[in-house]
Amino acid sequence: MNVKREFKVLGTRPVRPDGVEKVTGKALFGADLYVTGMLHGRILRSPHAHARILSIDTSAAKALNGVKAVITSADFDAVEDEATQWTMHNCMAHGVALYDGHAVAAVAATSKSIAAAALKLIKVDYEILPHVTDVDAAMKPGAVVLHEGHKDPGLGDECSDNVVHYCEFGHGDVDAGFAQADTVLERNFKTEAAHQGYIEPQACLANMGPDGKGELWCSTQGHYMVREVCAKIMGMDSSQLRVTASEIGGGFGGKTTIFTEPTALMLSRKAGRPVKVVMSRDEVFRATGPTMSASMDIKIGMAADGRITAAAAKLRYQGGAFPYQMVMMGAMSAFAPYDLDNVKAEGWDVMTNRPKMISYRAPGAPMAAYAVESVIDELCQNLGLDPLDVRLKNAAREGTKSSYGPTFKAIGLVDALEAAKAHPHYSAPLSANQGRGVACGFWFNFGGQVSVSMAINNDGTVNLVEGNPDIGGSRASISMMAAEELGIPYNRIRTIIGDTSAIGFSDTTDGSRVTFAVGIATIKAAKAAKVEMCKRAAQIWGIDVDAVEWVDGAAQPTGHNAGDFPPMSLADIAAVSAQTGGPIAGHHEGAPDQAGVSFGVHLVDIEVDPETGFTSVKRYTVLQDVGKAIHPAYVEGQLQGGAVQGIGWALNEGYVYGEDGRLQNAGFLDYRIPVASDLPMIDTVMIEVPNPGHPFGVRGVGETSIVPPLAAVANAVAAATSVRMFELPMSPPKILAERDKA
Amino acid sequence: MVQVVIWGSLRRYTDGLPQVSVEAKTSRQLLDGLARDYPGLAHVIDAGVSLSIDGEIFKDAWFTPINPDSEVVLMPLMVGG
Repeated sequence: MNVKREFKVLGTRPVRPDGVEKVTGKALFGADLYVTGMLHGRILRSPHAHARILSIDTSAAKALNGVKAVITSADFDAVEDEATQWTMHNCMAHGVALYDGHAVAAVAATSKSIAAAALKLIKVDYEILPHVTDVDAAMKPGAVVLHEGHKDPGLGDECSDNVVHYCEFGHGDVDAGFAQADTVLERNFKTEAAHQGYIEPQACLANMGPDGKGELWCSTQGHYMVREVCAKIMGMDSSQLRVTASEIGGGFGGKTTIFTEPTALMLSRKAGRPVKVVMSRDEVFRATGPTMSASMDIKIGMAADGRITAAAAKLRYQGGAFPYQMVMMGAMSAFAPYDLDNVKAEGWDVMTNRPKMISYRAPGAPMAAYAVESVIDELCQNLGLDPLDVRLKNAAREGTKSSYGPTFKAIGLVDALEAAKAHPHYSAPLSANQGRGVACGFWFNFGGQVSVSMAINNDGTVNLVEGNPDIGGSRASISMMAAEELGIPYNRIRTIIGDTSAIGFSDTTDGSRVTFAVGIATIKAAKAAKVEMCKRAAQIWGIDVDAVEWVDGAAQPTGHNAGDFPPMSLADIAAVSAQTGGPIAGHHEGAPDQAGVSFGVHLVDIEVDPETGFTSVKRYTVLQDVGKAIHPAYVEGQLQGGAVQGIGWALNEGYVYGEDGRLQNAGFLDYRIPVASDLPMIDTVMIEVPNPGHPFGVRGVGETSIVPPLAAVANAVAAATSVRMFELPMSPPKILAERDKA
Repeated sequence: MVQVVIWGSLRRYTDGLPQVSVEAKTSRQLLDGLARDYPGLAHVIDAGVSLSIDGEIFKDAWFTPINPDSEVVLMPLMVGG
């Protein structure tokens, strides 16, 4: 690793490559493509939380002038692969509507208004079934079961068939550890489902040809994933479905699966024309996946000096209407910031009559951290200990056996905690009704499959194609790493996201993996191009290729030929490429691993209005181990964005279900996400502990920042009000009610 | 022989053992060995797992070399947002 060298491009803040298009409204998002003959697709959704579909009469809709196609589940053939089958059934209900908003039919018509009118003509005969939306109720024996026969085989009659997965992690003897403690605290917590809150709803445009070939334009975090899943559902070869990722107006994990794409493709196949489907905000809330809601028990033992002697967690996550496994991410990450001799985390994944959950930034970790960090904070209060000192005393560091098994390599949690302790924020005075909270968070990060192709143009510029949708500034960071490796200016490189027929497979943009993994592929592609350019220079000079090296963007003779010829720059070599063997390019396909884990520490000051219970955030500081920050402004944006989403989850955001199992707040008026005017500037401190697994020291940075805020804000509320909140969101009525009870 | 740490809820497939020994020089050999010696693990491995080898997480890499003294931890397949 060469992380201590002086970088020329990395660490600078060049202009964002997508900035002008986005601020001038020219960027093309999912709903922005129009083609000749295009139809408008609309989806009919169940108004019931759980209902058997006895019959669907589409005859009147089909007869409406302007309607070109109507589809139901009957139009889709069975799929052999079970996971794909579940995904298809989530996109279109098969026999039973499993949640309020579950799709039951769809139309394509020549106008949006005709499509809307046609939906009203579809007659669905439902038999309403009992429903369950609460995780604890869904686990109980005798609960309404969504799918029989999918209970985790290791579980018995103590829980219902809705419990699809059980997991356990840890080491040591927690009972012995609790016996060593001076004080043991056990608390129960609940969090509600929170939506990823991306501004751009799901949107796609499908065009199936009579020859069986298909084109799909969509807003997604992974267009190869879309191709693979849709091709299976449509009975197509992958090669015959070309998927192009549009610009994306936010995803945060919510666009790592499909919702409308098979519907648009099937409508297009049936109508013989292109079909666009754009979700309304109501549909986004009711039918796309939020994150899980949770019910959690945390027990921690602490010695009088702040040492944690044992820690245990029971995490029960609710993930909607289909089998899934996600609680393990919470169970593994719950105690990861700490060096513990005795630790045990158990988790249960549970089905309910809600939309199927999908990843949301560090999926499963924020709610677990909320519960764990709240108990640590309360123990610190009880023992009169400084919360940062206690975290430092117990902090994981290089060589710590993590709570989920592996031994940590170089990590930056202690650096972040020490930076927090020294930060002026931590010692700033507070006013009346204000409180300060701190919390730690952890996320794994990972690598995975990537493809990069790099073309050296005759004028000395570079075009780079990669296969991961840019959801957080990767076009800039990838161009910067290419520029650094090639030794040319950043503005000589343009990076684009290729469609699925343009470049090899790439895994979905998730897991904070793209700057890490695509970065490695980019460096290797650049190295391949440099080898070729050195070869061309050697031919021109008539010397052995081994006697040429690449230095500062140019080939130069080395060894006994050193100084014999003036260096040839990339532009010099590119200018004569036609005469020296043709186009010059580099590419790399691979699956890098060793992404390097990440830790964050958050400080927050809040003020609670004693009359209304309204909480306002006064100051917020994020300190995170980010590895090498390639483009610091984007990294700061990731830290700020995660903090803001976590603040919303803590204070305002949460799905509200009625007794009838229907979602009561399917819109941004009633589901309140923080906006810029709600919050102060989020300060950031980037701790750059290089990841030994990346040539430039890159770590993923996109997810860790959403893990600590829920707890940090809750701890601040407890400090301000002397009332500890065990349920999120901490809305004003809840805070007032708890204060009045105290 | 490589020592492999098994996460808690899978120990029902390893006779309660938190750690098992497998003859392997690569991750593929290790996973095949686990599935062969502890058949209950086969469906878990088939569904997708990760391996931590000496503190580094590997999602899907059959030919990652493993030394006899490597720290190896079987982990669930990583997912993210």
